[in-house]
Amino acid sequence: MMQDAGVTSAHMPEGYAIAVHDLHKSFGQRHVVRGCSINVPYGNIYGFLGPNGTGKTTTIRMLCGLLTPDAGTGTCLGYNIRTQSALIKRQAGYMPQKFGLYDDLTIRENLEFVARLYEMPDAKQVATDALHRLGLHHRQNQLAGQLSGGWKQRLALAACVLHKPRLLLLDEPTAGVDPKARREFWDEIHAFAAEGITVLVSTHYMDEAERCHQIGYLLDGKLLVHGAVSDIIAQSRLSTWRITAQNTAEVMHDLQKRAGVEMATSFGTQLHIAGADAEALQRAIESMQAVFPAAQAEKITPSLEDIFIHTMAAVGDRDSQIEEKAGEDASA
Amino acid sequence: MISGKFSLQRMRALIIKEFIQILRDRSTFGIIFMMPIIQLMIYGYAINTNPKHLPTAVVMADDSLYVRSLTAAMQNTGYFSFTDFPPTVAEAEDLMAKGDVQFIIEIPQNFSRDLLRGEHPDVLVVADATDPVAIGNAISSVAHINTTALSRDLEKAGDALQTRGPPFTIKVHNRYNPEGLTAYNIVPGLIGLLLNMTLISMTAVAITRERERGTLENLLAMPARPFEVMIGKITPFIIIAYMQAAVILIVSHILFGLPIEGSLLLLIFGLSIYIAANLAIGFTISTFATNQLQAMQMTFFYFLPSLLLSGFLFPFRGMPLWAQYLGNAFPITHALRILRGLVLKGIGLHHIAADLWAMAAALVVVGYIAMKRYRETID
Repeated sequence: MMQDAGVTSAHMPEGYAIAVHDLHKSFGQRHVVRGCSINVPYGNIYGFLGPNGTGKTTTIRMLCGLLTPDAGTGTCLGYNIRTQSALIKRQAGYMPQKFGLYDDLTIRENLEFVARLYEMPDAKQVATDALHRLGLHHRQNQLAGQLSGGWKQRLALAACVLHKPRLLLLDEPTAGVDPKARREFWDEIHAFAAEGITVLVSTHYMDEAERCHQIGYLLDGKLLVHGAVSDIIAQSRLSTWRITAQNTAEVMHDLQKRAGVEMATSFGTQLHIAGADAEALQRAIESMQAVFPAAQAEKITPSLEDIFIHTMAAVGDRDSQIEEKAGEDASA
Repeated sequence: MISGKFSLQRMRALIIKEFIQILRDRSTFGIIFMMPIIQLMIYGYAINTNPKHLPTAVVMADDSLYVRSLTAAMQNTGYFSFTDFPPTVAEAEDLMAKGDVQFIIEIPQNFSRDLLRGEHPDVLVVADATDPVAIGNAISSVAHINTTALSRDLEKAGDALQTRGPPFTIKVHNRYNPEGLTAYNIVPGLIGLLLNMTLISMTAVAITRERERGTLENLLAMPARPFEVMIGKITPFIIIAYMQAAVILIVSHILFGLPIEGSLLLLIFGLSIYIAANLAIGFTISTFATNQLQAMQMTFFYFLPSLLLSGFLFPFRGMPLWAQYLGNAFPITHALRILRGLVLKGIGLHHIAADLWAMAAALVVVGYIAMKRYRETID
């Protein structure tokens, strides 16, 4: 399940809004995307997760034709990402991580500008409708730069659905946005999905990942895990325990030294500890309880975050070993 | 309270940080050192406010020992270089209109006969006064040449001639700018200069700003083609450029009485090519600059040498050949000639054709680089 799950999928590619295979992209010496394959069925909300600098933005830019892949093939909405990017741009909406509209234009001017770029017949009316939907009609003559972070993102989203795209590519749309605005933003995403629009959205928030139909976890330019959130959790071999204790710092210190404990995270008066070897983990907890009799342990279902951090750490260890090996080879 | 006092350590931290940032921005750093070197080169080697060996056309309606002595004496001043010997005055004036010669010397018919008769014939020196600085020293060098140039030749002809004052008269006519007003020279140049500065910097910064703010990424993800983005960017500046040129011409017509001798239509045509070339340069700069500061720096990096070598501030003919070749590569040099030619000389299309072609060539070359570097993708 953990290894290149995307490639093994036997579905017909026609059924996918996004179907890309083995994408590669380098910037100078940096090989950012290393064989990324993604399949997103039509109408799905696909969460794109992974640590910073792992190639999420680069992958999204390749999907919408802003970057040309060094290697690899694929389609978006059935169009070739290499040769038909102009057609993709017409039917997809891309929202960059950085606010891409003009701070020195008003909200209305921005929307009208975008509508005209897509050659929509009545840009003014299109903008008016969008303003009403957004609830920004009374502020239409305010400069976009004066909006708060949450409103800027909602305006950017409104701008990228003006031309009624069939696919939305959203790059960390809710980064730095307050929880209420985030929730509203996701309600809008679900409304679009209900209309049949496919959405690929990158995020760092696990609660947002859980609102996706499917997620893909990208690490070092490769899709490491993918599937529905419940499946990923169910198939994870990670054992997770919750320890409740008064002196969590000391308990944690004790546990970290014991075999079988691969991850220990403090949540105030509670600790989450996890490991792939369930028996070793259980033995470690029992030995710890011999030292700290007051500590209570309870087995829990691992959260998505637990699984990802654990996976990341495991791959990181493997990679650093490979790099050390490579270093030895080079010096030999 | 510690934080209220001046801290040497904090100041040190700030200075170190500032140095790191300056050193990291390679292009700005490079320009900081290249600018003075290039300016030193230009001021030290290229600029000469006392230009010599100015191209001169001689119309000889008479040819004799005396004429040859006279022309030799003029050449010996170092200011004149006889490049053309057209048979008629009309042809000589055509050369001047084109800007091929700075002076015309007219030796009248029967010069030698009149000289020997003691009738004090006139030798006419016509100067292209569109650039008063360029001709000033040359003119004063010939002012008294009449007293000395022929003294040895005339000794043989008899002392009588010498005692009656100078044997001939030098008459100087300033053509195109008869009063030698510097303003007349400067104003057409100013149009070239201002268009150079505003167009290049505004275009360069406007496009770099889109990239810096991230709006370009959004723009390119929408169906906007690079060519459309480019035209959209530069159209407002074209209008601004025409307005700027019009303001200068109208105001200087009212304030200085600046004439427009040539065809206004031709002026607009010439300006159009010049404006397009400048916009292409600005656009090209924007494809190299990563932020607005760099764009401004690069603009100045282009602007100063082009200004100094264009003939706007210093006589073009005063520069050594290498500097003239370099100066000819800049559109502003040709624009200045066209502007001065049309405003002051009233010349026609065939006189400015070479300069128009030169600007068009620059436009094609720079435009090609700009389109080549500007891509639809952001990689």
